[in-house]
Amino acid sequence: MSESPMTCEEILEHLFAYLDRELDSQTAAEIERHLDGCRGCFSRAEFERKLQARVRAAGQSGAPESLRARLKYLMERF
Amino acid sequence: VDVGIRQRFAVEIERLADRLFGTALRLTRNRGDAEELVAEAVAKAWATCSELRDPHRFEAWIQRILANTFVSAWRHRRASPEIALEPDEAGDQESRPFSLFERLHQPFLLWWSNPEESVMAKLLGEDIERALDGLPDAYRIAVVLVDVQGHSYQEAAELLGVPVGTVRSRLARARGLLQRALWQHAREAGLLDRDHQGGEADE
Repeated sequence: MSESPMTCEEILEHLFAYLDRELDSQTAAEIERHLDGCRGCFSRAEFERKLQARVRAAGQSGAPESLRARLKYLMERF
Repeated sequence: VDVGIRQRFAVEIERLADRLFGTALRLTRNRGDAEELVAEAVAKAWATCSELRDPHRFEAWIQRILANTFVSAWRHRRASPEIALEPDEAGDQESRPFSLFERLHQPFLLWWSNPEESVMAKLLGEDIERALDGLPDAYRIAVVLVDVQGHSYQEAAELLGVPVGTVRSRLARARGLLQRALWQHAREAGLLDRDHQGGEADE
């Protein structure tokens, strides 16, 4: 990364890659330092983090009994 | 077959059934197809069980098999897979960058102490599911692979057979569309109203 500290605009540009753990450790550490001291960017990051958690939760849905029975039947025959 | 291995496999599948079904449901958008997909992935997983080196990675491993099974079938169904895989980006006005957070920070909402927290708390799981299901295939799949299943961009790119940059741009567009859909829902369902009773936020 550049030697001068990242601006809020640059932080937002990298925010999703940061939340997705796709950044190198140095850039991630710089973003963390910025978030520690910038209320606006911190709020934004928290919001996106919570929304991602909600999206992840959408991948959880009660498996129907028919599927559980089918899997059980399948695995008994392995 | 080693009885211990079979038992451990069955316990893991039982433990992950809701998660596998939920992920399959987000990919297929159809309960019957989701059941088929999970059953097929479980059968494939058992057939290749010996390839799993680290048992602690069981969930990531079987989620990958599930995604791979879905993507292969999805591509196969299309006559021109490469063309069909690419979303129509020409004149795609709705996929311009869109931030729900920024919308919630408009001056007329700022008399709330925390409009974003309030709206987040009022959004139901089914609202998020509906917004996800409404995304075009290529965008929805990118979000499911990365946000729901937890694959890295590189893993998602390998699963889809596209460059990492394509995954990155699809994710950005998908998130913009998703947040736009949630914003529209928040407005239509009255979640921006101060006296809305649908959630637990207003603190």
